[in-house]
Amino acid sequence: MKAKFLVPLVLFLAFAGFLAFGLTLNPREVPSPLIDKPVPAFSLARLDAPETRFGAEDMRGQVWLLNVWASWCVACRQEHPVLVSLARQDVVPIVGLNYKELRGDGGIDMRGVSLEDETARSIQRARRWLADHGDPYALSVLDIDGRVGIDFGVYGVPETFLIDRDGRIRYKHIGPITPENLQQVLLPKIEELKRAG
Amino acid sequence: MIPELGHFALVLALVLALVQAVVPLVGASRNRLALMAVGRPAAQGQFFFVVVAYVCLTIAFVQSDFSLQLAATNSHSATPLIYKITGVWGNHEGSLLLWAMSLALWTVAVTVFSRHLPEAFVARVLGVLGWVSVGFISFLLVTSNPFERLLPAVAEGRDLNPLLQDPGMIIHPPLLYMGYVGFSVAFAFAIAALLTGRLDAAWARWSRPWTTVAWVFLTAGIAVGSGWAYYELGWGGWWFWDPVENASFIPWLVGTALMHSLAVTEKRGAFRSWTVLLAIGAFSLALLGTFLVRSGVITSVHAFATDPKRGLYILALLVIVIGVSLVLYAWRAPRLTGGGSFGLVSRETSLLANNVLLAVAAASVLLGTLYPLFLDALNMGKISVGPPYFEAVFVPLMTPVVVLMMVGPFLRWKTDGVSPVLRRLAPTLGAALVIGTGTAFAVDHVTWRTVLGLVLAAWVVLASLQLLGNRLRDRSGAARLSARLRAIPSAWWGMWLGHLGIGVFIIGVTLVGSLDATLDVRMKEGQRAELAGYSFVFRGVQDADGPNYDAARATIGLYRGERQLTTLTPEKRLYRAQGMPMTEASIDIGPLRDVYVSLGEQLEDGSWIVSLYYKPFISWIWLGCLLMALGGIFAAADRRYRRTAEHRSTAAVAAAGRAA
Repeated sequence: MKAKFLVPLVLFLAFAGFLAFGLTLNPREVPSPLIDKPVPAFSLARLDAPETRFGAEDMRGQVWLLNVWASWCVACRQEHPVLVSLARQDVVPIVGLNYKELRGDGGIDMRGVSLEDETARSIQRARRWLADHGDPYALSVLDIDGRVGIDFGVYGVPETFLIDRDGRIRYKHIGPITPENLQQVLLPKIEELKRAG
Repeated sequence: MIPELGHFALVLALVLALVQAVVPLVGASRNRLALMAVGRPAAQGQFFFVVVAYVCLTIAFVQSDFSLQLAATNSHSATPLIYKITGVWGNHEGSLLLWAMSLALWTVAVTVFSRHLPEAFVARVLGVLGWVSVGFISFLLVTSNPFERLLPAVAEGRDLNPLLQDPGMIIHPPLLYMGYVGFSVAFAFAIAALLTGRLDAAWARWSRPWTTVAWVFLTAGIAVGSGWAYYELGWGGWWFWDPVENASFIPWLVGTALMHSLAVTEKRGAFRSWTVLLAIGAFSLALLGTFLVRSGVITSVHAFATDPKRGLYILALLVIVIGVSLVLYAWRAPRLTGGGSFGLVSRETSLLANNVLLAVAAASVLLGTLYPLFLDALNMGKISVGPPYFEAVFVPLMTPVVVLMMVGPFLRWKTDGVSPVLRRLAPTLGAALVIGTGTAFAVDHVTWRTVLGLVLAAWVVLASLQLLGNRLRDRSGAARLSARLRAIPSAWWGMWLGHLGIGVFIIGVTLVGSLDATLDVRMKEGQRAELAGYSFVFRGVQDADGPNYDAARATIGLYRGERQLTTLTPEKRLYRAQGMPMTEASIDIGPLRDVYVSLGEQLEDGSWIVSLYYKPFISWIWLGCLLMALGGIFAAADRRYRRTAEHRSTAAVAAAGRAA
């Protein structure tokens, strides 16, 4: 047996080792550096009462969800019925982070739109959308310029964060929540955190 | 009851596969004809029972029997009949059953078309195929039983993934699997030959038509899949370097190398250990493709099974099949040195160079596909490898392949001179440079990529014409042109058409890559948009509901100047069972260009987002693939594979060669 004819075998075995290790990994899981870290501090205007502000510390002592949404986001529309039915079950309060309502919508010419204009139009659009599609949120806050979104590392809407009583992010879901996600992942995690006391 | 019958039939198939795997091999090693003869009926019986199992599963789908888990998750009572039937393989379990069925079909084909082969050789081939069958059927039964019941039954199924409810999906998976699995025959021939230690010209000759036919299926399967992606995914792309596409493309590259290497081994007795390695490699990579798709180690739109137990089982199967083959190779191949010697300038050299380049190209696609996995395994972070990598690696590797591909047929076997070759080909190469560059200037798109593509395409087409001219001139004499054409063997036409197909393919890829134009516009009733000299008039949107979906269908008039060419009707569908939106593009197909329209979202003011695409020469991509596949059919149909007298004389020559 000459050594060079063993080369394919050796290469293949090394390769198979990698594949075996690959089986233990989950390619769909994108790590978030925020997991187990405190929620980024924010103070934003409430959609229902723009003169009052709301921050993460207002939810301290509760297990809650932060759901990033916008009226221009097509996938949010897909996810929305799931959130509405979750809200009806009254398991967990959902806080909506309305993300770049106006400037995120690619179809709008933002030149010459003042921040006041933008805020007013954002509130109008967001309220109408919730009126049309149902409002699952305990409350929503307005992230007009998307700065808070950056702190949360949002790179695709919708995203959902699960936050524990101590104000730490425990889980992040990217993309629309499907009924399966809810039943198999999210609800068990919520129950676990609530039990943890 | 019917699913239980299917399950039982599958168990019987496994028993017969075991018989087919063990008895003929024992017979061959002890030289007992009676035992060897068990192989054929066992293989045919196995095929029969796999088909019964498959038919039972199909009946459950057609009858919408939602007490069957698989039907409940992949079918719906309102699904059109044809998609109930194809839904059988639109999932992990069913597609594996299809895999097993195509393997059984290939095995039966071997039992039928192997009458002229030595009995011991056939017995070994059937034994090897039997072991592969045992692996796959047991995989089905142990981890992926398609006949699993769902009790209590559900009232309605979840429907087949709407992406797969498309005419392209009716033929794409069977073609692809016939191709993948077809390499198992070349593999079994190689293993049988390694077992006996007799890898001679006769072995190469027997392997050639099988390899070519499998390659034809794979080519057609990949082409149909790419066509499906083009019109179904709604943005006009035709190849995405998606891991699952790569999984079918890698065996194609190695299979192409194998076809050519077998030619050298048959004609000249050279490259024998390399040919065996390619035969093992092509099938191993087809198995690896199955592993990648089925195990979920890689994220992809196609990957539907992500169950680690299944992944582990396939990996074990992979390690056993490939590991044992490579051990056998390491043990036997050292005896295979020798074979015909050849000079530096010869057809052998050109074929060897192309072989190596194709293998390197396959390896680099494999590396790109698995690189994210490797990095993740080494804890170096998560990345994804995109088309820029593949294009950067692939173009430089394939350029010399395409150049050499047309030099090879002009070279003589064994040895040739540099100057006669240059004399023959330098004018052609010069003309190709001029025509290719000139065309790039003519279409006003002078980038190095366009120039390179057009020069290569011109080179392939001109050299093909020259080759045909030479071939006809060689037969100069009294015979008329038609007689001279008829005298050319089918295998030669196969080579010629296959190579010409590459040229046509390159024209399509280059021009659509350089000259396509896209426009996303908002359109309201009566509005007009312009793109690449065409006008599009939006005439409004109507409801156009199908059996299992709701749809909005736009009507768009396509004009050139003031003349209406046709009416395009792109749709936006919402499949009810899964609530999944789909775009259904509408395409005006032409020989020199496609005009492609897909319908996007409706906006609040009642207008619609419409995507317009102008795709010059895109059909040439598939015309090229068609020519390649046709070339394969001509090559496999060559008369000499059916002449037994000649094969005996070759075997005698090979025997004499071994004695020497």
